[in-house]
Amino acid sequence: MPTPKISLKNEFSKGLVRENPVLRLMLGVCPTLAVTTTAKNGIGMGLAATFVLVSSNIVISLLRPVIPEKVRIPAFITVIASFVTIVQMLMQAFLPDLNDSLGIFIPLITVNCIILARAEMFASKHSILPSIADGLGMGAGYTATLFLMGTIREVMGNGSFMDIKLPFIGTGTIEPMLIMILPPGGFFAYGMLIALSQKLAEWLEKRNPDIKGDDSCAGAINDQTACLLCGACSLHKGMDEAAAEMRDKADNQKKDGDIK
Amino acid sequence: MKEMLIILFSAILVDNFVLSRFLGICPFLGVSKNLKTAMGMSFAVLAVMVMASAITWPVFNLLLAPNGLSYLQTVIFILVIASLVQIIETVLKKAIPSLYQSLGIYLPLITTNCAILGAAILNIDNEYTFLQSIANSLGAGLGFMLALFIFAGVRSKVDHADVPKFMKGLPITLVSAALVSISFFGFKGLIEKLFG
Repeated sequence: MPTPKISLKNEFSKGLVRENPVLRLMLGVCPTLAVTTTAKNGIGMGLAATFVLVSSNIVISLLRPVIPEKVRIPAFITVIASFVTIVQMLMQAFLPDLNDSLGIFIPLITVNCIILARAEMFASKHSILPSIADGLGMGAGYTATLFLMGTIREVMGNGSFMDIKLPFIGTGTIEPMLIMILPPGGFFAYGMLIALSQKLAEWLEKRNPDIKGDDSCAGAINDQTACLLCGACSLHKGMDEAAAEMRDKADNQKKDGDIK
Repeated sequence: MKEMLIILFSAILVDNFVLSRFLGICPFLGVSKNLKTAMGMSFAVLAVMVMASAITWPVFNLLLAPNGLSYLQTVIFILVIASLVQIIETVLKKAIPSLYQSLGIYLPLITTNCAILGAAILNIDNEYTFLQSIANSLGAGLGFMLALFIFAGVRSKVDHADVPKFMKGLPITLVSAALVSISFFGFKGLIEKLFG
């Protein structure tokens, strides 16, 4: 293992670009599309998810020796759901407006694949400091992407930024495109951002062949109970292949268990 | 009865779970590559969704709410769904092995499908009665199936289209999802016309 300082920095920075959860790992797509109608909602959702991510990473990393292997997914989900409840109550009390506009997607952070995937892939295997760094990095990448998408959609669809009306737009010369803040605009903006990030990744790889994008499957959990379907894994490979891989992994796990 | 039909149809067409509420996007993009897997997944989602709503509604309204424990909603619901999926899987494996063969692989993936938890929470948030909840989740499941069915068809065409290199794969899929989503705007106002 390299010196802790370097690895902590690396754990943090990988979430921002190289393994950006939304654009590279394709995790947590539902809230990404649903709440990014304004830049403010994007930041709010991103911060709420980051809080849950970091806290659950801490707790899961600490409980690592205690949680039995077989029931770890339900245990993780319970930990995550508890933190989501805390966020929900805090938001209801202090940010009621944001709570109303995010609505159902606050409790749905529970089933956001990013958090479960990081718990399974990272926090359950590493000690507390790297887990915090990983949570913060992934959370920052998630928040930044949501903010970017929220900005694009709000500026194009509503002609405003952070609820402040922009000049020139909507005064008769340039009309905002309402469709961008409606559901189809979400799909469209996300598709375009992924296309751009693919282009960018290709360019980066060409410029510096040493830095290769990590295996995109890193984000998807490969356990039976998991959201394998959710990650970039299934999206690139297709369902049948992903399902076959999942069966293999499950069989191997069973075999390992028998040997133990 | 009329109210139930309104809830059912708006969940299928107007407020389609996938295309306008953005719930269950992951399976929508993940399994829509071919029609057979798409149908398998949607049947599993439909069944689990209706059952989950049928269980979570009484749990909330008879157990949690009267005892002032409504804040436990998220934790309890996700545990109920996870155990329900586990039970269905075990029962299916023993009782109907042939059905398990075809639907079994989708079941574990459903626990973390936000459409199921979403439907359960929406039923409570909208203060539906028990029967209205069932109608809502039935509609949501059928809407999911319809969206997946249409999109699997669109995708089989898109996969053979010649698109720019950087748009290949997910980006073009998302853009075509945007077009399918626009087509569902056509159903706006349907409910008023039919039942109003």
